[in-house]
Amino acid sequence: MEKYCEITKDNYKSYVFEKMPKSSHWKNMFWAFLIGGTICVIGQAFIELYKLWFSIEDASVLASGTMVLIAAILTGLGVYDNIGRFAGAGSTIPITGFSNAVVSPALEFRSEGYIYGVGAKMFLVAGPVIVNGVTISVIIAILTLIFGG
Amino acid sequence: MEIFLMFIKAFLVGGAICLIGQIIINWTHLTNGKILVLFLIAGAVLEGFGLYSKLIEFAGAGASIPISGFGSALVKGAVKAAKSEGFYGALKGGLAACATGISIAIVSGYLVATIFKPRTKKK
Repeated sequence: MEKYCEITKDNYKSYVFEKMPKSSHWKNMFWAFLIGGTICVIGQAFIELYKLWFSIEDASVLASGTMVLIAAILTGLGVYDNIGRFAGAGSTIPITGFSNAVVSPALEFRSEGYIYGVGAKMFLVAGPVIVNGVTISVIIAILTLIFGG
Repeated sequence: MEIFLMFIKAFLVGGAICLIGQIIINWTHLTNGKILVLFLIAGAVLEGFGLYSKLIEFAGAGASIPISGFGSALVKGAVKAAKSEGFYGALKGGLAACATGISIAIVSGYLVATIFKPRTKKK
């Protein structure tokens, strides 16, 4: 493998790309659709349940919260990562994937203590999500104020 | 009967959003964090035009459970508070609308990290 005799950033990337197991795109897409859809149906089931006692908005928030809690526990048990291995985006994009991204590093870095380990690493992925989300929401709200939306 | 129709709509719309995400991953090899932020911003911008709420009305959890629903909830809360309280509301509304979800994620994350043992990832 002469082209890899010297490691640079560029050829390392193409090296990894070549060595990466080739998973079938169609299979990936099928599982993403199936698991993603199923997670949303479970969420809908919680909405229908909570609607018995709460308004539709509150029911929706509580259903998302319940899904976050379930995903956190499944991550702790190591089940969620197993689902994620074949579900791909189907397990990443739902709010359960956000929960997994919070819990997983928190658990992994517990050995570094509760302040710089759990407390800081919890926001490895959640941080960028919340920072970007809050920033864009404030910008859009101010634009709506100015232009009267 | 209506409830079953709602489940089918949630499945199809939620599945479709995840399918779009998987196509983007297959195509660009973006990491999970970047995909989450991308969909969050997409949901936020669509809500800025008032479109995402309509999708949530149509598909329920199918649109609110994907992370784009989180972006939409942030913008919806911020815009709603901005309309009633001005600039103060624009700063307050977004996080206030999502406070429940974020708090549940943080507290459950803390508890799970305390209770469960870290396990080595099988690759």
